[in-house]
Amino acid sequence: MIHTSVESPKPLPAGGEITPLLTLSGISKNFPGVRALSGVSLSLYPGQVTALIGENGAGKSTLVKILTGIYQPDEGEIRIGGQPVKLPTAHAAFEQGITAIHQETVLFDHLTVAENIFLGHAPRTRFGMIDWRTMRANAKEVLETLGAGHIDADAPLSDLGIANKHLVAIARAMSIDARIVIMDEPTAALSAKEIEELFLLIEFLKSQKKAILFISHKFDEIFRIADRYTVFRDGQMVGEGRLAGTTQNALVRMMVGRAVDHIFPERQPKIGGPLLAVSGLSHPTEFDDISFELRQGEILGFYGLVGAGRSEVMQAIAGMTRTSRGTIMLRGQEIAPRSAADAISAGIVYVPEERGRQGVVIGMPIFQNVSLPSLKRTSKSGVLRLAEEFRLARTYTERLDLRASSLSQDVGTLSGGNQQKVVIAKWLATKPKVIILDEPTKGIDIGSKAAVHGFMAELVAEGLSVIMVSSELPEILGMSDRVVVMREGRIAAIRKNDGLDAEMLVRLAAGIAQ
Amino acid sequence: MKTLAKHREIWLLAAIVLLIAIIALRFPVFARPGNLLNVFNDYSILIILALGQMVVILTRSIDLSMASNLAFTGMAVAMTNAAFPEIPVVFLILMAMAIGTALGAFNGVLVWKLGIPPIVVTLGTLTIFRGATFVLSGGAWVNADQMSQGFIALPRIVFLGLPVLSWSAITAIALFYLLMTRTAFGRSIYAVGINPTASVYAGIDVGRTKFLAFCLSGLVAGLCGYLWISRYVIASVEVANGYELSIIAACVIGGVSIAGGIGTVAGAALGALFLGIIGSALPVINISPFWQLAISGSAIILAVVLNARGERRQGRIILRRAEA
Repeated sequence: MIHTSVESPKPLPAGGEITPLLTLSGISKNFPGVRALSGVSLSLYPGQVTALIGENGAGKSTLVKILTGIYQPDEGEIRIGGQPVKLPTAHAAFEQGITAIHQETVLFDHLTVAENIFLGHAPRTRFGMIDWRTMRANAKEVLETLGAGHIDADAPLSDLGIANKHLVAIARAMSIDARIVIMDEPTAALSAKEIEELFLLIEFLKSQKKAILFISHKFDEIFRIADRYTVFRDGQMVGEGRLAGTTQNALVRMMVGRAVDHIFPERQPKIGGPLLAVSGLSHPTEFDDISFELRQGEILGFYGLVGAGRSEVMQAIAGMTRTSRGTIMLRGQEIAPRSAADAISAGIVYVPEERGRQGVVIGMPIFQNVSLPSLKRTSKSGVLRLAEEFRLARTYTERLDLRASSLSQDVGTLSGGNQQKVVIAKWLATKPKVIILDEPTKGIDIGSKAAVHGFMAELVAEGLSVIMVSSELPEILGMSDRVVVMREGRIAAIRKNDGLDAEMLVRLAAGIAQ
Repeated sequence: MKTLAKHREIWLLAAIVLLIAIIALRFPVFARPGNLLNVFNDYSILIILALGQMVVILTRSIDLSMASNLAFTGMAVAMTNAAFPEIPVVFLILMAMAIGTALGAFNGVLVWKLGIPPIVVTLGTLTIFRGATFVLSGGAWVNADQMSQGFIALPRIVFLGLPVLSWSAITAIALFYLLMTRTAFGRSIYAVGINPTASVYAGIDVGRTKFLAFCLSGLVAGLCGYLWISRYVIASVEVANGYELSIIAACVIGGVSIAGGIGTVAGAALGALFLGIIGSALPVINISPFWQLAISGSAIILAVVLNARGERRQGRIILRRAEA
């Protein structure tokens, strides 16, 4: 897979192929139940931009965390300038000259620009106090070399927009004389003009012989700014080389072309009439003109890149956020849920992504967790009927085959899988018509995934309708009857899932011309 | 968590019994049932206030304004009583509860609708309500001879061997117990305190729940406004000045977690009683008031340390499960 420089039309530094500044080899990282990275390698060259490409969950973030000293690899070697190094802490990575610029810059809003640039390595006076005068002067100088003389070194960072915050982050990188700059989706929150300015800066960093790792989902940007690419898929490095010798379609194929590693349940979908009809739903900043229909007994997949606005749309349908325009019709009746309680009583439940933070109430017994969204039904004028609560909890936990010694047991004493069952039982107990699952299998092991998929198949067989938001292509293709693809807050396409092509979904989600 | 909390209350009860036993070694009179009932009666108001505060703390909030609310409401009913002695006491009590609830609702609205942190809101209303008491009374006192006979007598009426004041505390304990364990509202209070995000998704209005908790603590403070004035037969701007700290101390000693979500009616009531025993016993055994403060303070810190250890242990259990 490794391409050489021969076919490259791009100008290279004299001497042709250069030696990499940073090499990773055989890097593996395991989390409980998940192998995030297995034996990946990556090389970054001085004065060149390497694009790291991969689907959500391919292991890009894990790699960045390893490079910045936040995670420790289980296996593998990191070499900088040929020397093996260890990065046990974020500070160690910093001392090795590695710096990262994130999508939402991790700087300190309440400190000034100068303080942000020199935090941790501020110039000192003879007495060991911070030398403010030198610090301001140096900050000004660094900003000016970046062509960012317009930024006031004494202004609090909170006064700056995202683009200027990126400039400060880059100034910080310059001030510590960073050799390796990681940019993790730096353009995600920038306007077109700001992106152009960022690219000029990247060119400047290249001229300074920095090695740059550029992570982006946007192919036009990658082809515009990067010299090389590395593709990750399911925690493995599946290809690398010079961008000049490749095409967008070739990269997409590398990203998604995978062996089937998971069997999805066989279903004979019995799809009925329309149940939920959303039309023209809009939000001032998050999504616009969302229209789709969900039928009885259907699994409707929502695919898109992280940040495409899928969860935001679902939260609006579930009454958690207000919309500016548009209607939601359930069985021909318009509903305008103003709270989660409204949506729940209308028959729409939203099962959020983060089970621990948004799902179970640890410290409460199982039966109280199950009845929490159904308190109106299990109480009479505000007074709880405990027998009714237990009956409800028993009915639904038995159905899900929950393993617990007693329903009065604290839900925190259950295993992760059983907690997930309690969460599902809790939502089923509200007797919903529509159940919205947001990334239902994110971060759970293969066995539990299969159980969740099997359960979804059962639900729709009983006439429930499911909306499944997922960033995992196999899950989308394996479970959905139809797929809605969202991009940048709008619906890019709605397709029936027969012989649907994974590569086409990725292209739709990334906005690559057909 | 349930069993741990139960243990905590049993330990607190044991500590109270032990304390009484130690004091009884030197002053056997102290442990006599009659005297203990007097202590209970003396600290009935603290018990009732602690129950209201507990509900607020359970929702991850705090009400620093309860004592000022009490002073304002007490002054308002005392002045009404002085001006219109013919109004029945029952109406004055209802009025006290209404005023108290209104002041609590004011706190609640600021927390709910403007999203101001409760500690800031109630630190503000602590001084506002106290200042309003001064404005209302012009700094003057309402003395015993200005109050009607019925107004003063009610808390002292003995019924089944106990004064009405003690019965008020007992009734409050029973009602709060039912509220917290047997109603949808009580359940929401715990859910909001333990996991506000999950509560939102479950259709619970977190802001509204906090608002109602503040209304409840206000109602309780208003009722105690009447009880305090009629018991000590004087209404002044200085009434219950600084008492908010004793109320919070009672909750903390009783195992109510300042982080919210953990705490029981029995715990809060026992916490108030614990403070009551110390406060009544130390003067008897000739310990200076300064030592009293130090001992109460140490009890608070000890309680917090024990609670923090308990909560941490709970955290470790979850962590191990998650890893397995």
